[in-house]
Amino acid sequence: MSRLLAWRLVAWSLGIVPLVNGLRLTLQGRLGANPIEYLEHYTGIWALRLLTVTLLMTPLRMMTRLTEPIRVRRLIGLWCFAFACLHLLVYLVFDLAFSFTQLLADLMKRSYITLGFTAWLLLLSLAITSTTTWQRRLGHRWLVLHKLIYPAALLGAIHYLLLVKADIRQPLIYLGILVGLLIFRVPWRRRQGAQTLKSAFPPVRQPKNESQLPNVS
Amino acid sequence: MLIEVSQSIPIHPSEITPEALYVDRRRFLKELGLAAGAAITIGTSQAWAAEPALAPLTAPRKLEMAGGEGLTPYETITHYNNFYEFGTDKEDPARNAGRLRTRPWSVVIDGECEAPQRIDVDELLNPRVLEERIYRHRCVEAWSFVAPWIGVPLGEFLMRFKPTSKAKFVAFYTLFDRQQMPETARGVLNWPYREGLRIDEAMHPLSFLSVGLYGRVLPNQNGAPLRLTVPWKYGFKSIKSIVRIQFVEKQPPTTWGSMSAEYGFYSNVNPEVDHPRWSQAQERRLGELFKRKTLLFNGYPEVASLYSAMDLRKDY
Repeated sequence: MSRLLAWRLVAWSLGIVPLVNGLRLTLQGRLGANPIEYLEHYTGIWALRLLTVTLLMTPLRMMTRLTEPIRVRRLIGLWCFAFACLHLLVYLVFDLAFSFTQLLADLMKRSYITLGFTAWLLLLSLAITSTTTWQRRLGHRWLVLHKLIYPAALLGAIHYLLLVKADIRQPLIYLGILVGLLIFRVPWRRRQGAQTLKSAFPPVRQPKNESQLPNVS
Repeated sequence: MLIEVSQSIPIHPSEITPEALYVDRRRFLKELGLAAGAAITIGTSQAWAAEPALAPLTAPRKLEMAGGEGLTPYETITHYNNFYEFGTDKEDPARNAGRLRTRPWSVVIDGECEAPQRIDVDELLNPRVLEERIYRHRCVEAWSFVAPWIGVPLGEFLMRFKPTSKAKFVAFYTLFDRQQMPETARGVLNWPYREGLRIDEAMHPLSFLSVGLYGRVLPNQNGAPLRLTVPWKYGFKSIKSIVRIQFVEKQPPTTWGSMSAEYGFYSNVNPEVDHPRWSQAQERRLGELFKRKTLLFNGYPEVASLYSAMDLRKDY
């Protein structure tokens, strides 16, 4: 089995396993006393987890010098989007009963809804332009556009934080990990410079690069 | 000064209806039809009867005070709890509250009263004084249930201790014991859990002191052995596992009130006054798929006169 195939299998199972597990719990009626809330939390937390995993791929590539993390990143990102869509759908169907006036009211009045919905819109634009055709069509602007994953991640984590009544440890852990992953990118970009652009494009195995090592000059 | 239950509240006394009548199958099936196929087993019922290990309680007087609405299954009411002393997830209290020792259990009643006293909770289990009341329960988190509580009217109970004219409020305290409640070490809330009522709220015939649920003593996760049940206020006002009741002159501080201004002292159920972060206009009755409208005072308009001089938006 090739290494890429192994990475792809892992990436697919990151989405399929929680999806199948969620379906299993639903069909077995094991969603607890408040099934709708359970589904909202389940789909939301998996969207946030998979978003965190996509942001982990660049550090992973740098640490392992493998290109596979970048080559499965889109797949994981699309699974994240799928869970975000399910999350939104459960809210639209069961909380709002498809009332768009109520959706508008929520969007204007409830900051956690505003933030969460904005995050979903960002993910939507990334999912639409995730195809190779769109990558080519947008050229270097594609890279700029897909930086939107950073605000999407932060909005998602803050959306979670605002929902919790008192025990904010869990959302703070997610927020902390995401902020850590974002901070990681700052010095790296400076050192890597123009290399970043090239490496993000059709994944070519990179030669060992001096500038990737800690620079003490 | 009180209390004529039968005059002041429109009550339809009724026995607890058998299970089958409570499961409103027609509406339930209709909702399922609207829902996706995957949701088919959502909410199908579990056990309706209380845990047989708990001691049975008899209450000769039964008052149906939820407008004839169906009871929420016992399994649901006992496995979806906010009792942060036993963990902050809804299933945590059912898992962890077994550590709570509910006997022996005494309650201290003191403060501005002529007959302060420490009483044993077993004294309250006398079937001659117990009533069953079916009440709606609405949580500040916008979910709700209907439960058959067993207990005594709070006002009649409090009068035994002869509150003085200085008793303008009543403060309630939950047990705080790190050994029985290890989760409190995390300091999510300011413990001991404290709540309070204005004296006229406490004396209102709807205010209830519960010792049982579904014909048996309270399960620990629902606030055994003694809890408040104030059906027109958000659930966190109905303090659990009470060890002290104190008559006080000034409005007492409450746990959630000290956490954030989001939780007012009165916290009357009010669809017009939103929680700062979410709407209170609707709620999800546990077991139902779609939300329903929230009623002012949780559908207990008889308490409105308590607040006639108040701006409910300001004094939320």
